[in-house]
Amino acid sequence: MDITFILISVAKIIGLVFLTILPMVAYSVWAERRVSALIQDRVGPNRVGIPFTKIRLAGLGQPIADGIKFLLKEDFTPSHVRKGYYWLAPALTMVPALLTCAVLPFGSELFGIKMVIADLSVGPLFIFAIASLSVYGIVLAGWASNSKYPFLGGVRSSSQMISYEISLGLSIVPILMIFGQLNLSDIVMEQARNGWALLPLWGDRLSLKGFLLFIPIFISFVIFTTSMFAETNRLPFDLPECETELVAGYHTEYSSMKFALFFLGEYAAMIIGSGLAVTLFLGGWSLPFGWLVPEDGASVPFWMGALHILSFLGKVVAFILFFIWVRWSLPRFRYDQLMRLGWVFFFEIALFNILLTAGILLFVK
Amino acid sequence: MAIVVKRPKLSFWEKLYLPGIIKGLGITLRHFFLSLTGKTKVSMQYPEEKWDSHLPEYYRGAPALVTDEQGRERCVACQLCEFICPPRAITIHPEEIPSEDKWAKVEKRPQEFEIDMIRCIYCGLCEEVCPEQAIFLRKEYAFTGLKREDMVHNKKRLYEIGGVREGLVNKWNELK
Amino acid sequence: MPPAATDEKKPTAETPAVPMVNVQIDGQWYQFPKGTRMIEACRQVGKDVPHYCYHPKLTSPGNCRMCLVEMGMPPRLAPGQEPEKDGEGHQPIQWIPRPAIACANTVAENMGIRTDSELTRGCRHGVMELLLINHPLDCPICDQAGECRLQEFSVEHGTGGSRFREQKVKKPKNVDIGPRIRLDDERCIMCSRCVRFTDEIADDPVLGFTERGSHTVLAVHPGHELANNYSLNTVDICPVGALTSNDFRFQMRVWFLKETKSICTDCGRGCNTLIGSREGRVYRQTPRENNDVNSAWMCDHGRLNFHYLDSELRLSAPLVKDEGVHKESTWPKAIQRAATALKAHGGSEIAVVVSSRMTNEELFMAKRLIDTLGAEHVATVPRAGEPDAYLIAADKNPNTQGARLILGLEGDLAAGLDSVRRGVADGRIKAVVTLQEDLLTPEAGFDAQTLDGLEALVVLHLLANPTAQMASVVLPGAGFAEKRGSMINVTGRLQRLNKATEPFGQSLDDWEILRDLIQAIGGGNGIYLIEDVFKQLAAGVEEFEGLTLSKIGDLGVPLIETGETVPLLERERERIAKGQIVG
Ligand code: SF4
Ligand code: SF4
Ligand code: SF4
Ligand code: SF4
Ligand code: FES
Repeated sequence: MDITFILISVAKIIGLVFLTILPMVAYSVWAERRVSALIQDRVGPNRVGIPFTKIRLAGLGQPIADGIKFLLKEDFTPSHVRKGYYWLAPALTMVPALLTCAVLPFGSELFGIKMVIADLSVGPLFIFAIASLSVYGIVLAGWASNSKYPFLGGVRSSSQMISYEISLGLSIVPILMIFGQLNLSDIVMEQARNGWALLPLWGDRLSLKGFLLFIPIFISFVIFTTSMFAETNRLPFDLPECETELVAGYHTEYSSMKFALFFLGEYAAMIIGSGLAVTLFLGGWSLPFGWLVPEDGASVPFWMGALHILSFLGKVVAFILFFIWVRWSLPRFRYDQLMRLGWVFFFEIALFNILLTAGILLFVK
Repeated sequence: MAIVVKRPKLSFWEKLYLPGIIKGLGITLRHFFLSLTGKTKVSMQYPEEKWDSHLPEYYRGAPALVTDEQGRERCVACQLCEFICPPRAITIHPEEIPSEDKWAKVEKRPQEFEIDMIRCIYCGLCEEVCPEQAIFLRKEYAFTGLKREDMVHNKKRLYEIGGVREGLVNKWNELK
Repeated sequence: MPPAATDEKKPTAETPAVPMVNVQIDGQWYQFPKGTRMIEACRQVGKDVPHYCYHPKLTSPGNCRMCLVEMGMPPRLAPGQEPEKDGEGHQPIQWIPRPAIACANTVAENMGIRTDSELTRGCRHGVMELLLINHPLDCPICDQAGECRLQEFSVEHGTGGSRFREQKVKKPKNVDIGPRIRLDDERCIMCSRCVRFTDEIADDPVLGFTERGSHTVLAVHPGHELANNYSLNTVDICPVGALTSNDFRFQMRVWFLKETKSICTDCGRGCNTLIGSREGRVYRQTPRENNDVNSAWMCDHGRLNFHYLDSELRLSAPLVKDEGVHKESTWPKAIQRAATALKAHGGSEIAVVVSSRMTNEELFMAKRLIDTLGAEHVATVPRAGEPDAYLIAADKNPNTQGARLILGLEGDLAAGLDSVRRGVADGRIKAVVTLQEDLLTPEAGFDAQTLDGLEALVVLHLLANPTAQMASVVLPGAGFAEKRGSMINVTGRLQRLNKATEPFGQSLDDWEILRDLIQAIGGGNGIYLIEDVFKQLAAGVEEFEGLTLSKIGDLGVPLIETGETVPLLERERERIAKGQIVG
């Protein structure tokens, strides 16, 4: 294989995964704590700053301190667990979450290089395929812990994830029908030119058909976002952890860095989920109203590429804040309600939504 | 007998939940911005700010033993507090008061009285159960130690924290 | 609820000829043998009548008035009048307006008793209020608190308040009336139980009341003290905290004590006891009623003989002697050491000295050890003492019968010990295992010089003693409160000990040590529980056939005939027969 291609890919992986997503994971934990504090009229972690000085930086040092703490804590493996699977499980939740970012276009172009790690023509399919692997981590953790609360958590999470994967998949079918392809980069490009899926205010989509299509897209968006919450085990769907009933669910028996991996895996999944939502519904890296859309074939200047990356990250951060906001506003579902919502409502609505889209596409010219 | 629980009848919009969800999100958003702009009063910045001077008389800090006006240790080692203490923080070794002691007529006192402050949950049951009004929850609350043993208050320490308490029933002092 | 047919206190058990009478208690009809006390009749049907002075083993003076109940009899008939009877053959009851004491009156045909009527309740309120008039507010420092009848009945039957506004009468407190007992006259409710006990049971009438009215106090006769060997029983029967034990004084509150049913191992009588312990420490022993062994009493000596269990001499870890110095070792190492030392000798060179203070199960394991070693010299240390006219037996070993039965010892035990002693002295015996016996006491009669000549001396004991000092291996064993097992007392009754506390430090149950030792020497066994030991014992020794540890029960079972009698029980039976006491 071409050595430059490999080098460029490695650089992209390092840049995206290690320099962007992982720090974002750490800081989304910080954001979660600060935002939840503000919502609840508290202060939140505001002390850790630069060590040995009085500079506090609003507690921005907290994630680093937490990381060090996690690394230094006793890594305790209870004697009654299945060791191999027990150790495998945390990795199995973290890795798929990070793998999915391979197909997300996080910018237009930089130095003539496309800002996506792997420009697959089956982007969404790849994402679903990999994301559904993360259920294994949780199920394994629950089973290998050999203890009742983790076990219940594991069972819950597997049925929950399987149920919501269906509506998640069905919910984006209308989008794919509208754009007519599976390559995420091209989908973003299309939105940049002709209006975001959720903001059909310029280009081709500023038309009757565009407005009519907004209805199924909005329904898709609601189902997609809700299912995303369920897939990432975030409140109001965090039944696998559910501390009031299950102590801490599937990761009850974990400590130290292994616990941290579960913890961070949840946030990584949340970031990737936000990225996907942004890509599909909010025009990915593009700016609104068709501003600064790169011409076909023409090279993109550096400042424009950087702006696109920033635009993407900005949208993702906004989405994460939305995640956090929802978590600290809504109470947890009951398990039967969760299942009912998934199978009786979202499943049917998503199916109907596909028919609706098809109808609009067929009859409205 | 089965109990019939009457569920409230929900209107269409209530059944949809969405308005409720949006309303809830609105409430939290309002709190968020009010806190962000500093309009909400937040908690104290302990340990720079403390509330010590405002602590009410009934504040439930560390449990401690008290002496009375005449310097008599009020505790007679009845061990009721040891019995009632939910986390079993209290250990008492009773002893007989030697006959040459000024308060020999009380007969019994604690030889050692230990409260493990790692265990204590500040519930105040010991104060409530004490038939001799000898143990009270005081205003001290911040204890630290480098070893577990440092966190165990012995009799001497308990009397230091407790001090003298006046105006209690003194059944032993007059007629006995 | 009908009276329990198995109730031992029912006179019918011995004299079935006594006619039965019909009695109505709280509206229900029952049948009782004529002569039953009303209070006992009520108790048998589950209606407990509160009482202070009444004690079934003592005469009933009826002086506390706590047991007042409402009583009724059938109407007196005019001459020739036919009694009116209802469908079940009972006559109507005419209730007597004045209450009667239930402890000293006996039931009669067609009698009615109300234990929970307006009148009865009023009486109890009144009696409680009067009893508490001069009572001190001592509960926080009173050892009786928690098992005090005054506290209990105040809650159940008291009014909850006092109308007495005057000065309380002051009386002597903390009075020394004997070597083991303290008296607090303010707490005394003048029930006279202690007076009657010292007079009727202990034949040492040194207690009595002086002064009058509310100034009455209990006192010892001038120039005497309450010092007899049964004095602590007065502490048990005193319903309040007036008499307290010096030994137990202020040691522990009774509500912390875990009570374990066991037996006293101080002499061959095996008085039934309750061991009161908390967090691994024994605080007191009290007698437990068993009408075939100790009635409701026990001697002071046996009662107090438990302090050695947590004495400073207690061995806490196995010791192994290297170059003349004892070093702490681990169990596997010490056992291995003992096994190697013993295996080096033939059966004719080994003597095993077994203690008759061990339980049957331990003796059985000792027998196993003897067989595994092929030891030819086996002896126990007999301890003969003075019996008294009450409970104390001449045999000071608690399980001599068991030792004879299980070890197969016959004839004069002293002679057996003597031959071992001679064997050690003339060098024929080269290795000695001593189980729970100190060989350098006058009873055992070995001397240090001859023991010094031994090649191997293995000691299993719970205390550091001169023999252990000389031993090559010391195995720390358990004390009587730390084991479950059985013993046979001098009358041939098989009784059970139960575990109140865990063995001290690293020490182990004796049978476990013996099992491990046997295994290390080369004998296998499938023993994991004390129950297994008993099972094998029952299979191996004919007298135990068909028994298990749980079948022995709390009161024991008669196992063999020895012809011994208990003087105290003999007298008690006489007094029951005369109707002086209920028994
Ligand atoms: S405050 Fe509560 S927990 Fe603390 S010593 Fe008293 S009874 Fe025990
Ligand atoms: S503090 Fe009070 S309750 Fe506790 S032992 Fe002393 S007298 Fe009894
Ligand atoms: S005798 Fe009973 S009521 Fe009286 S002080 Fe003692 S415990 Fe309290
Ligand atoms: S000392 Fe106890 S047993 Fe004796 S008369 Fe008084 S209350 Fe009764
Ligand atoms: S018990 Fe009947 S008078 Fe005391």
